[in-house]
Amino acid sequence: MIQITELTKVFQTKKQNLTVLNKINIRIEDGDIFGIIGMSGAGKSTLIRCINLLEKPTSGSIEIDGEDITTKSGKQLLKLRKSIGMIFQNFNLLMQKNVRRNIAFGLEIIPIKDFIIEGMSKKEYDVLNYFQKRKLKKAEINRRVDELLALVDLKEKEFNYPAQLSGGQRQRVAIARALATKPTVLLCDEATSALDSLTTKSILKLLKKINEETKVTIIVITHEMNVVQEICNKVVVLDKSEIVAAGSTEEVFSNESSEITQRLIGGIA
Amino acid sequence: MAVLKEFLDNYGSMLVQGTLETLYMTFFATLNAYIIGLPIGILAEVSRKGGIHPMPVVNKILGIFINIGRSIPFIILLFAAIPVTRFIAGTTIGPKAATVSLIISATPFVARLIENSLREIDGGVIEAAKAMGASDTQIVFKVMLPEALPSIVMGISLATITLVGYTAMAGVTGGGGLGHIAISYGYHRYETNMMMATIVLLILIVQIIQSIGQKLSKLIDKRGKGEN
Ligand SMILES: Nc1ncnc2c1ncn2[C@@H]1O[C@H](COP(=O)(O)OP(=O)(O)OP(=O)(O)O)[C@@H](O)[C@H]1O
Ligand SMILES: [Mg+2]
Repeated sequence: MIQITELTKVFQTKKQNLTVLNKINIRIEDGDIFGIIGMSGAGKSTLIRCINLLEKPTSGSIEIDGEDITTKSGKQLLKLRKSIGMIFQNFNLLMQKNVRRNIAFGLEIIPIKDFIIEGMSKKEYDVLNYFQKRKLKKAEINRRVDELLALVDLKEKEFNYPAQLSGGQRQRVAIARALATKPTVLLCDEATSALDSLTTKSILKLLKKINEETKVTIIVITHEMNVVQEICNKVVVLDKSEIVAAGSTEEVFSNESSEITQRLIGGIA
Repeated sequence: MAVLKEFLDNYGSMLVQGTLETLYMTFFATLNAYIIGLPIGILAEVSRKGGIHPMPVVNKILGIFINIGRSIPFIILLFAAIPVTRFIAGTTIGPKAATVSLIISATPFVARLIENSLREIDGGVIEAAKAMGASDTQIVFKVMLPEALPSIVMGISLATITLVGYTAMAGVTGGGGLGHIAISYGYHRYETNMMMATIVLLILIVQIIQSIGQKLSKLIDKRGKGEN
């Protein structure tokens, strides 16, 4: 569960202080596919970037499973980020690494001593020497990458480079990469905005499947109302740094009260 | 043909010697400039505002260092650095001495090249690595340097070519190499053939370095669409 309480973010620029998030309260349950919609500049990206502390909140708290993460720094922070996956509009893949190496990235950066081998206890692992650990880590990464390639259905592209893939395929690689460390939360910042509608559908289907199979909580920012309708069970509407509507997707989409909500979901309902 | 043969009989070994000296100075200086300049360039990029680990004071100092180094013309540095050269190389003439000035002059240039190569990387990729929990060191070595490698390779060939030109200038202070031959035979003794020969050799060296750099960069760059 993610509990966001009175979250405020102020950007200090030379000229002025810009309040981008103003006392935001959100509760996200495990396994939710949680939508965040709002006009451009409303603060959506800033909000989800606070969840993995790419932005440091000015005040307020973000509790993940009861623990406030906003005070984390150093190694603790890096560890936190390994438990939160993120995908982006522009995929942000490593252009000089092939699909396998991209997917493996999150695992490769785990220090050998902290690496966990499936089915092996910490004690068993600790008695191994450095080279044994290194060998095991490599094998484990390969096994995990194979698993992920199957999940996102890209086995035949494993040795291709991102430049040789379509947008949809690139996003699949990014999804596999984000899931490699088995995060409990997946953040998606306009993950389908650069894709055509058919590809968008297939990516949404994939996200939904992953959500059902692994129970990973997914937080989705989007401009496309059909994306929300397709996969989100809950949604908040952000406008000018504040939440103006929140609830289950049906509730928000049928609510006539807020003008901005109406404007956003206009053409659809 | 007879003329050419006579020319080569007389000067061939000297030109070979000069070419080897030029190559030695160029590569040795480039190598050392990279050993010193690479970390400086990385630090300059990492520490800048908006970099992965902003350190304004460090960045300012590095910026000043790089700019001062870059704004002293090599021909002036060649003379200005004589005391340093004497201290490090134990002499102020010959290829060894010239190499010291070459390194001093090339290091800031190399640092700037590295900085520029690293800055070209898409910020989104670095952000993604950050979001995955990569440390600053991991971002530098596992993301920035590998992603910038094709550009860095182009930079190396540019730096090497620039240094070929500098080694020729170093001929002025008795630096040895083709530059020295051009000045002492082509200029002082009016031997036009020698002047021409050194120019042709220098052009050849530059061309070869340039095309090796380009080919290598293209070979390792995976951003092309081609199947691998
Ligand atoms: N690092 C920053 N420094 C100063 N201002 C910032 C910074 N990042 C974002 N902002 C400002 O914060 C506001 C919200 O930005 P944010 O990116 O969160 O909006 P968004 O809702 O994601 O918009 P979009 O739909 O266009 O992506 C904008 O006015 C933006 O200019
Ligand atoms: Mg945004």
